Amino acid sequence: MAYSDKVIDHYENPRNVGSMDKEDLSVGTGMVGAPACGDVMRLQIKVNEQGVIEDAKFKTYGCGSAIASSSLLTEWVKGKTLDEATTIKNSDIAAELELPPVKIHCSVLAEDAIKAAIEDFKNKQGASAKKSA
Amino acid sequence: MQESLHLNHFELFGLPVSFSIDTAGLADRYREMQRAVHPDRFANAPERERRLSMQRAAQINEAYQTLRSTLQRARYLLRLQGMDFNDERATTVDPAFLMEQMELRDALSELKSASDPMTSLAVIQKSITTRQRQLETEFESLFGNGDAASLQQAIQTVHKLQFMEKLAQEAETLEEDLLDQL
Repeated sequence: MAYSDKVIDHYENPRNVGSMDKEDLSVGTGMVGAPACGDVMRLQIKVNEQGVIEDAKFKTYGCGSAIASSSLLTEWVKGKTLDEATTIKNSDIAAELELPPVKIHCSVLAEDAIKAAIEDFKNKQGASAKKSA
Repeated sequence: MQESLHLNHFELFGLPVSFSIDTAGLADRYREMQRAVHPDRFANAPERERRLSMQRAAQINEAYQTLRSTLQRARYLLRLQGMDFNDERATTVDPAFLMEQMELRDALSELKSASDPMTSLAVIQKSITTRQRQLETEFESLFGNGDAASLQQAIQTVHKLQFMEKLAQEAETLEEDLLDQL
């Protein structure tokens, strides 16, 4: 199957690969997996006090499309507010990377990952607010 | 011969519909049945019978491939119960399980720089096998319960088995690479 140039670019030069301290209160971690292909994705965001995503890191074990989807996503969410990041749709990722229909689930995985990361961040904030109250 | 096309995979081999099966008996029965429908035996048979024997051979083959694999058998059992896997959209979010997957994959990818990769690989493979057996036991008990909630949970267990299978395959590929380098 032919990958688009954009997928190849992200696959060969993935942006923002790495990890953050998941215990850090300003970090949200999203872990998702696709049972159909066995892909596993970890996406982490660092959020500042204004609710803006300052940094994002990912680690993905999977095919080129899954790596490209998560790599692109980390580029997109940086500088966005949490609300803005929530509006990113898998179809936006699929369109940008020109993913063929059989690889759409890779972009679904990326959308689920950012949602899970945001949720994790919010849960942590909620828990710490309760503790200090 | 025609009626057999309506049987489910278990019935075809005369097996009870269950997760635990006699795999040796299955393999014997498969070979017997394939012999009975072998195209050579129908070379001079009328067109209709030839076509039926070919359909039957394909059916026997598909049934055997499904039942001999633990994972495929589990999926098939759930499908017989009308459960839908929704594979394309399904994502797994059990954080502890995914964390473990990440760790096992990290361990596999770091293997090539280990001082004794074959020994480290054997350790990883052993833990993959252990987890597979645990998940299979879990599936068997959930499937045995049979209620709607248990069957939903059984789907999650099958999904976990799919991740483990993928890992096992990657470990095997790595093992072949390592052996080639020796």
